[in-house]
Amino acid sequence: MENVYLAIPLAPLFGAIVAGLFGRQIGRAGAHTVTILGVAVSFVLSLMVLKQFAFDGAQTYNASVYTWMISDGVRFEIGFLVDKLTALMITVVTFVSLMVHIYTIGYMHDDPGYQRFFSYIALFTFSMLMLVMSNNFLQLFFGWEAVGLVSYLLIGFWYQRPTAIYANLKAFLVNRVGDFGFLLGIGAIYMAFNSMDYATVFAAAPAMETAGFEIFPGAEWSLLTVICIFLFIGAMGKSAQVPLHVWLPDSMEGPTPISALIHAATMVTAGIFMVARMSPLFELSETALSFVLIIGSITALFMGLLGIVQNDIKRVIAYSTLSQLGYMTVALGASAYAAGIFHLMTHAFFKALLFLGAGSVIIAMHHDQDIRNMGGLRKYMPITWFTSLIGSLALIGTPFFSGFYSKDTIIEAVHHSHIPGAGIAYWAVLIGVFITALYSFRMYFLVFHGKPRMDDHTRAHLKETPWVVTVPLILLAIPSVLSGYLIDPVVFGDWFNGVLHVDPRHDVLGEIGEHYHGPLSFVLHALAGPAVYLAIAGVGTAWYIYMKNPDIADRVAQRFRAVYTVLVNKYYADDFNEVVFAGGARGVGQLLWRIGDVLIIDGLIVNGSARVIGWVASVVRHVQSGYLYHYAFSMIIGLLLMLFWFVFIAQGGGA
Amino acid sequence: MDFPLLSVLIWLPILGGVILLVMEALGFPDIRPTALIVALATFLISILLYTHFDTTTATMQFQELAPWIGAFNVNYHLGVDGISMPLIILTTFTTVLVVLAGWEVIKNKIGQYMAAFLIMEGLMNGVFAALDAVLFYVFWEAMLVPMFLIIGIWGGPRRVYATIKFFLYTFLGSVFMLVALIYMHLQSGAFGILDFHRLPLGMTEQILIFLAFLMAFAVKVPMWPVHTWLPDAHVEAPTGGSVILAAIMLKIGGYGFLRFSLPITPDASHALDWLIILMSLVAVVYIGFVALVQEDMKKLIAYSSIAHMGFVTLGIFLVFTLLDKTGSTQGAALGMEGGMVQMISHGFISGALFICVGVLYDRLHSRQISDYGGVVNTMPVFAAFMVLFALANSGLPGTSGFVGEFMVILASFKANFWFALLAATTLILGAAYSLWLVKRVVFGEIANDGVRQLEDINKREFTILASLAAVVLLFGLWPAPLVEVMHASVDNLLVHVSASKLPHEAGLALLGAGN
Repeated sequence: MENVYLAIPLAPLFGAIVAGLFGRQIGRAGAHTVTILGVAVSFVLSLMVLKQFAFDGAQTYNASVYTWMISDGVRFEIGFLVDKLTALMITVVTFVSLMVHIYTIGYMHDDPGYQRFFSYIALFTFSMLMLVMSNNFLQLFFGWEAVGLVSYLLIGFWYQRPTAIYANLKAFLVNRVGDFGFLLGIGAIYMAFNSMDYATVFAAAPAMETAGFEIFPGAEWSLLTVICIFLFIGAMGKSAQVPLHVWLPDSMEGPTPISALIHAATMVTAGIFMVARMSPLFELSETALSFVLIIGSITALFMGLLGIVQNDIKRVIAYSTLSQLGYMTVALGASAYAAGIFHLMTHAFFKALLFLGAGSVIIAMHHDQDIRNMGGLRKYMPITWFTSLIGSLALIGTPFFSGFYSKDTIIEAVHHSHIPGAGIAYWAVLIGVFITALYSFRMYFLVFHGKPRMDDHTRAHLKETPWVVTVPLILLAIPSVLSGYLIDPVVFGDWFNGVLHVDPRHDVLGEIGEHYHGPLSFVLHALAGPAVYLAIAGVGTAWYIYMKNPDIADRVAQRFRAVYTVLVNKYYADDFNEVVFAGGARGVGQLLWRIGDVLIIDGLIVNGSARVIGWVASVVRHVQSGYLYHYAFSMIIGLLLMLFWFVFIAQGGGA
Repeated sequence: MDFPLLSVLIWLPILGGVILLVMEALGFPDIRPTALIVALATFLISILLYTHFDTTTATMQFQELAPWIGAFNVNYHLGVDGISMPLIILTTFTTVLVVLAGWEVIKNKIGQYMAAFLIMEGLMNGVFAALDAVLFYVFWEAMLVPMFLIIGIWGGPRRVYATIKFFLYTFLGSVFMLVALIYMHLQSGAFGILDFHRLPLGMTEQILIFLAFLMAFAVKVPMWPVHTWLPDAHVEAPTGGSVILAAIMLKIGGYGFLRFSLPITPDASHALDWLIILMSLVAVVYIGFVALVQEDMKKLIAYSSIAHMGFVTLGIFLVFTLLDKTGSTQGAALGMEGGMVQMISHGFISGALFICVGVLYDRLHSRQISDYGGVVNTMPVFAAFMVLFALANSGLPGTSGFVGEFMVILASFKANFWFALLAATTLILGAAYSLWLVKRVVFGEIANDGVRQLEDINKREFTILASLAAVVLLFGLWPAPLVEVMHASVDNLLVHVSASKLPHEAGLALLGAGN
């Protein structure tokens, strides 16, 4: 099996290297063939692995591939842990990646950086697979930063655009703030467990439950709380949780296929995956879970609100992604890890679908992304329209669609949770349902329905996109509907038994599971709760405001000008960061340089000493008179002084 | 091994340098191939050090011993262990690249230029291989001469200021070291560095000797606040000079702490470790901010070097905090080896970045960031290398820049949370100054006509950058071969420093004070 596991990440890496280094030689077709083949091999093997876990009772695989280094008796290794969580993740990652690869043939058709793009996305697939297949913290961090690197390269893919190279620097730096916490978390793990290996750490963790750790003298915290919160800071960066969310909307500067792959379906969910993987640690700290829960609910609600006022089609979906990542985080905080991963999976399908659908619209609109200029596209682009509708329905949680099952499980789980903060979180995710439906269908109506608002030239050329674009849409639409039925095994079955660890005191999914009798009854049960009606209300509101009575939107914006201004300015988070952190860092740098280095160290001390030496020299110069008797005289005085010192001081000192 | 490998590594390049001078004086038309052959031969011979190295022992290997100045018991004593051996190979490797880097660029007295680098290579190998204090000191001081000449003859417009500053700083430091060495000779009657390791010294003596060494080594590293000579020296030095300065000369400071300060004055190191750690952390944070606002590419990389060298001194001096806190040296080897890996890795990465700046400077004769922008449009291959090295400089996993920082941060977390927190700010600051530089220089639209007319790197430049990229990636993906050779020597050093040189009661009292 080891060779199969090894081949899964290495196949895309091979494609990436060939397309990257020999892009000119193999040409465009060569580049997309070799990378698509690599990812396809990886996908088929992942499916095979998934099947073995699902039906053939495959055993968890945990072994090292090679020893990175040994220092101080601690082995730092590269190795794989393949269990049911990994199997699910690699299948989702390689499937979405394969779809995006195919789609890219159409989307990047005329781009001069065609080969480079394929090389990057294949490299991304490799990095993401290394991340999810890791069996230790070193490799986790490697994959973690490697996906960040490719994200950086891809956001800045169109490197001539000032906005793109601003956005990619911002994304990398904000992620580095998260990684700063993440690395400290790994440092704490090394301190506590002397190992980088998951299995060793998880086995030793329960014994550490009562261990304390002093950050400030006198104030002792639980060691595991410190570890988990630091690790989660890493997740906040990668999975764009408030306040480290600011990079994700700007990442839309990158080409649309990577918005789907990296900034919706896979990389941004790495934080969710990581926390689920670390469930044996997080379960030991209720404080950390509470922290996760609250950050998640803030993100779920407040990022969703921003989606309502965006006019760029990709940015609407980006804020939606932020909000949905908040839902996943809430699930983790409520100890409903399986629900978080389940939503991760369904979201990967329908959000990739929505992004690729948006990309299809953008192609047809000749790269105009403003939804105010669209409208009525339903007639021109039936496949894009229909698949986008499916994606939107799945996103808002329409019964029988995948998103319904995953999102409703999360809402239920939070409802049952007793982790501090669960009460607030419940309201946040409930209100979030209405908001999700509102912004999703605002966009849907503005893009696909109503009167066409584009200029005549664009309108004359509107047509459905080629098959390389539409086929991935169709292939993603299928799991966007059907993957919800995996709720049986994944959430309420035994799929994650022994993989995700849940303390019996927090086992909300177990509680819900007692009343669970299959997907159909789950729908019936949900009809008794508020969520479905909130979603319907959201769609209705969107229809009324944007279809029925279009000028009402402006009136609302006028009426609540203050709120509207805050939303349009994204809570001023970007301005705050720009002034306080970016400006502050430059200011501190200037201050330390001009005052510390130039003025004090160089000006006073170094050049000052030089001046003193110069002054001494000018005095001494008078002594160097050239007269022999002056020298003889001073030698005699010197000798006398030395004699005096030896006789009276040195001897008297007892030496 | 009877073959005098270390002597060859010292004298072959020096002899080669002299031959170059003679050839130039005799008017040979092209001296460069000879220089390259000598540098390559030295590098290939130095590989034997690695292949014949015994990783299981901490004793000095490839030793050569001959009496030199009998009256003072001075010996020509050479030998290497896991601490010095990698540094010698780094030196021989870098010299090859430096010879190549000057190939077309240096028009004026190229024979002397190449000779200066080859002679310097021999002297630096001598510094790392010397086991006799006088021999060490001779190499240490002699090494400065070619560097002065390189900056002074082939340097920029303010080269006189830079060389004088460089000279004053380093000379001031080494005078104190000389006094300390002579003192220890008077105490022990020997000049052997290993004899000094065993020399019993009282606390006051240790403190004074430690401070004297600190003056010498802190300037070399350079540590804050004696670092301001470095940016000036770099800015004025020609590309090759900057590469040698950053890649090797700075390492001599770190090497000095490992070879002299820690083993000779363990108790003083213990008592004053807070000072070194403080200076290291200030280097990481303070200098990180200063690097951010530099407008000159070379200054930026110079400041970045100082910040990165902070990890070296931090990693080396963690042992005492660990000893006081946990009672064992568990974790100290990780920090110390991390510091050493950082030295090697920084040699590659900063060298590569200085070569990148040199490539741009050769074309546009400006080091100002504002004179560039959109270089990727005209020099795509170069841009790929520069982005790679900038990412390595910001400690990206998979590159060698990550390894040392990762090891030191983990070890320092074990020692003290705040050390780790401050050290880890490099993740943000390092990325900020490295990638902001890339954004302004490499990315964007073509900024001006100068950039529009740039030509991408030629085969020679490609060879230099590609070989650096290969080692940066190799040690990032698999540092084991590098770390392996260090284990025995580091473990031995840790045992040595955790045993006090003081009489028993005094030692206990000191440990008590440490708590």
